Amino acid sequence: MIKLKSSEKEAIAGYLFVLPNFLGFAVFTLVPVILSLVLSFVSWDMLSPPKFIGLSNFINLIGFHKESASFVANDPLFWKCLGNTLYLMMIIPLQIMASLGLALIVNNKIKGINLFKTIYFLPTITNGVAICLLWAWIYNFDFGLLNNMIIKFGNLFGIHFQGIPWLTSTAWAKPSLMIMGLWIMMGGYNMILFLAALQGVPRELYEAAQIDGAGSWDRFWSITWPMISPTTFFIAVMSVIGGFQGGFMQAYIMTGGGPDRSTTTLEYLIYNHLYSWQHVGYAAGIAWFVFVIVFLVTMFNWRFGGKLVQYSHY
Amino acid sequence: MRDEGSLANKVKIARKKKILKACLIYGFLILGGVTMILPFLWMISTSLKSYNSVFIFNLKDIHWLPDPVYWKNYVDVWKVVPFARFYLNSIFVCVAVTFGQVATSALAAYAFARLQFPGRDKIFFAYLATMMIPGSVTMIPVFALMRTFGWIDTYKALIIPSIFTAYGTFLLRQFFMTLPRDLEDAAKIDGCSLWGIFWRVILPLSNTALATLTIFVSLGNWVSFMWPLLVTNSIEKRTLPIGLAYFQELYQYAQPDWGLLMAGSLITMVPIIIVFLFNQRFFIEGIKLTGMKG
Repeated sequence: MIKLKSSEKEAIAGYLFVLPNFLGFAVFTLVPVILSLVLSFVSWDMLSPPKFIGLSNFINLIGFHKESASFVANDPLFWKCLGNTLYLMMIIPLQIMASLGLALIVNNKIKGINLFKTIYFLPTITNGVAICLLWAWIYNFDFGLLNNMIIKFGNLFGIHFQGIPWLTSTAWAKPSLMIMGLWIMMGGYNMILFLAALQGVPRELYEAAQIDGAGSWDRFWSITWPMISPTTFFIAVMSVIGGFQGGFMQAYIMTGGGPDRSTTTLEYLIYNHLYSWQHVGYAAGIAWFVFVIVFLVTMFNWRFGGKLVQYSHY
Repeated sequence: MRDEGSLANKVKIARKKKILKACLIYGFLILGGVTMILPFLWMISTSLKSYNSVFIFNLKDIHWLPDPVYWKNYVDVWKVVPFARFYLNSIFVCVAVTFGQVATSALAAYAFARLQFPGRDKIFFAYLATMMIPGSVTMIPVFALMRTFGWIDTYKALIIPSIFTAYGTFLLRQFFMTLPRDLEDAAKIDGCSLWGIFWRVILPLSNTALATLTIFVSLGNWVSFMWPLLVTNSIEKRTLPIGLAYFQELYQYAQPDWGLLMAGSLITMVPIIIVFLFNQRFFIEGIKLTGMKG
């Protein structure tokens, strides 16, 4: 029998330990990344053999053509869905502010605070489909809680309000999803992250400011806000990255992407191309478009993140 | 009444301020709490109403308290759709994915954190690099793979692709790096094999990290939606979220039986809330850990 050196033994053990995970990782992540790039250059319906079409998918996706003296998008639906995705992301600043606000009040050591924390966290741990069904019911035009509350509220002042077509009008569908998103997100992960950041601010700073006679408003802007800025920035970046990939389940359950495609996000469009229309190559093209955006946001984070926020040396 | 000199007065004012502050904080807390809890109360209320009584509030007031209380929804919901089946599917898939992911991640993470072998850092970098890739990029070819393997509408498709993630390996590797080496060295001197060190030293020291990963993976899998939607066709293979969505689709052309739907939704929520209540600490730790990586 050949005698192995202990470093060789360790190397073999290392490979064996990594192997089970790496095999799966290679088959279901590494290879698929490359495969999906390849797919974005082909036309394939998963039935007939795939056909190489060069850059056609991307030209269709983001290209324009001339049509009677004006430029028209090759794929208006893609642009519409990109617009929807960006529109829905406009709730992010409000979401971050709400999470920070909740974290600030939860950060007080008073009786019953844990109960409130748990309550705020409930939507986060709840099955998303159940939440969406609940809100579809609340938003229901004829019998929903919200419209009935609005109508009853109007009656108090003798005004006859009409219900709002929350999920059934192109004007209201996106804001409705955004309000629900705010409700789900504000007490969730971001609040916990803010809370951890707030608890990491050294108490001496506040005490020093108090001696200097700074009010709580001043203390927030000159101590808290700069000290937690790395967390704020991290949450903002993650929310943007998540935003570009989000919105599928909500729209699938509550609106079916409608009315008139007004709630179809890029993620939903990928699902449609992949599953409903069997445009596998085109779906891969959109996925790679999203990837490029996410990549740019991440790069921006690495390049400028350090300059925009204040890292403390405590 | 502005006697600056009197200490008693100062204390009085300070106490008043403190009480005012506490009132303000409780005010905001309760406002936030009511906002969060009200929809859930409405859910419970609706789930205890019969099909017709759900709709009657338009005539008079909003009925928060169902009268009479209609428990039957909680019985019927198991018959209208195969809810028990969805439940079993979800539990089975969730347990299998969680166990598989924690086990393979822990093995790989130990090697990345502690063992020397050629190419180690390059492989780990590949893991890291894939973490920011959007899920849909890999989902599309994996979906095509499932069709090629003939795995569509099988448990294999629900379980196997979800087991191997860079995230779990990364999380545990970061944790193993923080463990002191003394114990391992001592075990080595005592003639313990690498497997023995992993099994008897590293794992017992990593209870918190393993619990955190377990909670995160199982929660993520329990609510996962798009993947099970893509790879299941038959009702028998649906997990709870997809089953719920299917349940709603039954009413596509009519006003749904909201009482039944809400009862079904509540039933899916209960176990995860119980799990959460008993493991809140790990949830919070896990969130903080993920926040640190940025």
